[in-house]
Amino acid sequence: MSPVAEGPGPSPSDRVHSLVTSLGARSALMVTIDGVLATVASSVGEQLLSLGRATECSDVEDVLGSVVTDPRDFLLLNDAFAVDPLLVDIATGATIADPIVIIHVVSGGPGLAVFPRTVIRGGAGSEAGVIEIVVDADAGLLADLPSRSSSPRARPSSTSSPERLVVPVTEISVADDSSLSYVSVQALGTDTWQLAHQASVIGASATLESFAVALGGGYARLRTDSALRGVSGTSKLRAAFIGRDEQMLDFRTLQDHLAPRTTSDLLFMGAVADHSHSVYSGLIRVHRGAVRSDARQTNHNLVLDEGAHADSVPNLDIEENDVSCSHGSTVGPVDEDQRYYLESRGVEPDVAERLIIAGFFEDIADQVPIAGTRSMIGQALADRTGAHGV
Amino acid sequence: MSTGELCIEGLRAGIPGREILQGVTLTVRSGEVHAVMGPNGSGKSTLAHVLMGRPGYEVLDGSVTLDGIDLLSLPTWQRARAGLFLGMQHPIEVPGVSLTRTLLAARAPVADDGSHRPEKEMDVRLHDEARRIGFDERFLDRPLNVDLSGGERKRNETLQLGVLRPRFAILDEIDSGLDVDALGAVGRRVEEATTEWGLGVLAITHFRRLLNVLHPDVVHVLSEGRVVATGSSELAELVDRTGYAAYS
Repeated sequence: MSPVAEGPGPSPSDRVHSLVTSLGARSALMVTIDGVLATVASSVGEQLLSLGRATECSDVEDVLGSVVTDPRDFLLLNDAFAVDPLLVDIATGATIADPIVIIHVVSGGPGLAVFPRTVIRGGAGSEAGVIEIVVDADAGLLADLPSRSSSPRARPSSTSSPERLVVPVTEISVADDSSLSYVSVQALGTDTWQLAHQASVIGASATLESFAVALGGGYARLRTDSALRGVSGTSKLRAAFIGRDEQMLDFRTLQDHLAPRTTSDLLFMGAVADHSHSVYSGLIRVHRGAVRSDARQTNHNLVLDEGAHADSVPNLDIEENDVSCSHGSTVGPVDEDQRYYLESRGVEPDVAERLIIAGFFEDIADQVPIAGTRSMIGQALADRTGAHGV
Repeated sequence: MSTGELCIEGLRAGIPGREILQGVTLTVRSGEVHAVMGPNGSGKSTLAHVLMGRPGYEVLDGSVTLDGIDLLSLPTWQRARAGLFLGMQHPIEVPGVSLTRTLLAARAPVADDGSHRPEKEMDVRLHDEARRIGFDERFLDRPLNVDLSGGERKRNETLQLGVLRPRFAILDEIDSGLDVDALGAVGRRVEEATTEWGLGVLAITHFRRLLNVLHPDVVHVLSEGRVVATGSSELAELVDRTGYAAYS
């Protein structure tokens, strides 16, 4: 199989182009193809924003692995095989209005393994937004991910025989008094296994707002760790996901409070259809000394078909007394009372269900921190549920 | 102006293992207001939900027809399309789903000149109805009932009644949670509907105060799942003075 799709229809580069266009205004763009840096473009001066290969940095040893300090399994693989680790360096005090866009295109055929690595450093007092997309060149966001309405039942499983492996690692450091918005989208084909790791370190009075969208992959894991190291730091973690066919989506989160008066607020919401399966397991850890920390963890799962399944495993590990922690999760089908309410107005049952599912995702899509991406993400989620056009 | 009737005959229903309605018979004609009063547990809300077809209730015997259409054989949404509306005691929150979108999906309205411009016409009607009952127009774009107070939810139910223009409306304690001004606005709107398009009303309430603003033609007292007394509005005054004990 050729790595580049032949014949009629848009080529992968056309698709990437239209994907980039759909994201609206941007201040910079980096594209990798199968892990190799292909494009770097920026409309912002280098004194505010520096982009490039982390390996070309003089302090490369300090850059890579500065956030992820727990080198295990797939992280070690990424360390070993990342070809072109990317560095996004936002200067101290810089305010960058439009988002920085990073796209990792996976285009190779069976047997491919790709190890994207990104380091994002928000300098003290800076303000910026980053969008990072991992997309299959053939079955990406704008192409032919199956929609719920077109294939109501599962197709043969692809999870048992993955043909490609993608292991993205993103390290985010948000320095004191800075603010970073980070939106990630995973749109891989179902013949691909993904094991992703997003780790962040939050400084004093700094804020990270992150939003992850998980759409594709046969087996797709996302590990999200956020370490609140500075006093009064805040981490707002959001994710929206939709499983279809035989997909397995696996989320692991850690809200790690290491300093006083830190806040973490996690909300992961998703739906599983057909024979897909999702697992959420999350831990809130409040270390001794992290007094008056406030941690919240919520996971809502809609189970849309009898063959689908969702597990939710929230955990707390609290070593300090003077803290406020809450966690909660729901797993179940579309709410019967909500459906009854809509039907009592004269809404047909299948339309009512589509409205409720669309509403479930609209509720969280409204919280995407980079406003320009909201409609693209809302549309991608609606397409995946078959809930568009209501 | 429509003419017709909502006819309930010998209705026995309840939840599995427990019969709550033990033979309810009453008929509401277009343009009439009937009040159903009764103590807690007399089956008032059960009656409302059985008429609308809420999951979890079962009908054991009897019939309910709307202009001759057998409602009990229809699913909830088709009962609504046949012209039945339920203003709920506890309107349900539906996150992310707006009022406009719901009502468009429920039944796209047709403009006065017969042309089909559902979204524009819906917008006009929604704002018109909101003004008539003092419903804050900013709430029209909110998800259904989310972050609305109890009173706002009841105004929202009344607003939907005005937009959907059903043939018959069951109002399940539409007065609870309303302050005196809101009660006046809601009562007036419903009463106007009885002459505007001949709405027939079955108003379920604990208290007579609703009936000071929504004047009933007929009052029924429901006790232990049966209609035990039927009369004019004076019956409501009598109940208010003497309580329900005499009827159980």
